[in-house]
Amino acid sequence: MAEIIVVTSGKGGVGKTTSSASIATGLARRGKKVAVIDFDVGLRNLDLIMGCERRVVYDFVNVIHGEASLKQALIKDKRYDSLYVLAASQTRDKDALTKEGVEKVLKDLADDGFDYIVCDSPAGIEKGAFLAMYFADKAVVVVNPEVSSVRDSDRILGLLASKTRRAEQSDGDVTAYLLLTRYSPQRVENGEMLSIADVEEVLGLKTLGVIPESGDVLNASNKGEPVIMDAESHAGQAYDDAVARLMGEERPMRFTQLEKKGFFSKLFGG
Amino acid sequence: MSIFDFLKPKKNTAQTAKNRLQIIIAQERSSQGAPDYLPLLRREILEVIRKYVPVDADAVKVDVVKDGEHDVLDISVSLPERAAPAGA
Repeated sequence: MAEIIVVTSGKGGVGKTTSSASIATGLARRGKKVAVIDFDVGLRNLDLIMGCERRVVYDFVNVIHGEASLKQALIKDKRYDSLYVLAASQTRDKDALTKEGVEKVLKDLADDGFDYIVCDSPAGIEKGAFLAMYFADKAVVVVNPEVSSVRDSDRILGLLASKTRRAEQSDGDVTAYLLLTRYSPQRVENGEMLSIADVEEVLGLKTLGVIPESGDVLNASNKGEPVIMDAESHAGQAYDDAVARLMGEERPMRFTQLEKKGFFSKLFGG
Repeated sequence: MSIFDFLKPKKNTAQTAKNRLQIIIAQERSSQGAPDYLPLLRREILEVIRKYVPVDADAVKVDVVKDGEHDVLDISVSLPERAAPAGA
């Protein structure tokens, strides 16, 4: 039984694609067979973050329209054998995705033995975002600790509770998790940024993971390697923790407290 | 940066953000799932009332509230003190 996870947020630029790429890679690294699908029709980007942009021949829309088989369109990751990418189409046709088409692709992936299907949602609350969340079992809501992102996340949580297959068929709730990204313990300490507890209280949800603000994320996307593969990076380690929690492991939060500098490091720097 | 900066009260904008979010999100959640016709219904009721009584734009409140099994359309109109007939 494949588990369908949507990575969504409402607001753009908060880290949905970065998170989708790292979550999918993290699950595959744990031996799971994973497909990650870009639902952002017209603005394909997951391929770049995954580093497979030059290997896209067929895309999601080609499969839905029967112009290519799923097998032809799935791009096998060069690093992990059990990881596959399905790229978004660059078409400007907004109606390129259909509910029936998406449902068939998801079903075929499940029949093909995939354990996880990660759906990278576009920003906004229009058709692409709606279809990305519609069939989900779980939702990772990516939030920046900032007013507009938090408000949009609340909208998305409302839609997850009403406009999904599970909601319509009263088949249990879509389990939603918060993933706080671009978190800066220093700015929280200064009273300039909403804390984890603030965001949890406002949205009434627990946090799956907290990804610290980090230059490593840009470096990773420059190279086309999901940041979770950077074992040195705090952001990469925080994604690994989040994936472990998604699979039911308990792990303490890291990189969320300001590191107290000792007297000597204050004196001599470092 | 001045040496007297530590005397200034530290401004906590995160707290302001949290307060603003709690208010707007509570408001938006209460109107979530409400029928789309509510804003128009509210405007038309306001126009009808204004034919007879001069009231403010925010005098009419229209909500759908749950009462057990039923949805109840809750309309409340606050009239100005000593309401005078319009055009009188």
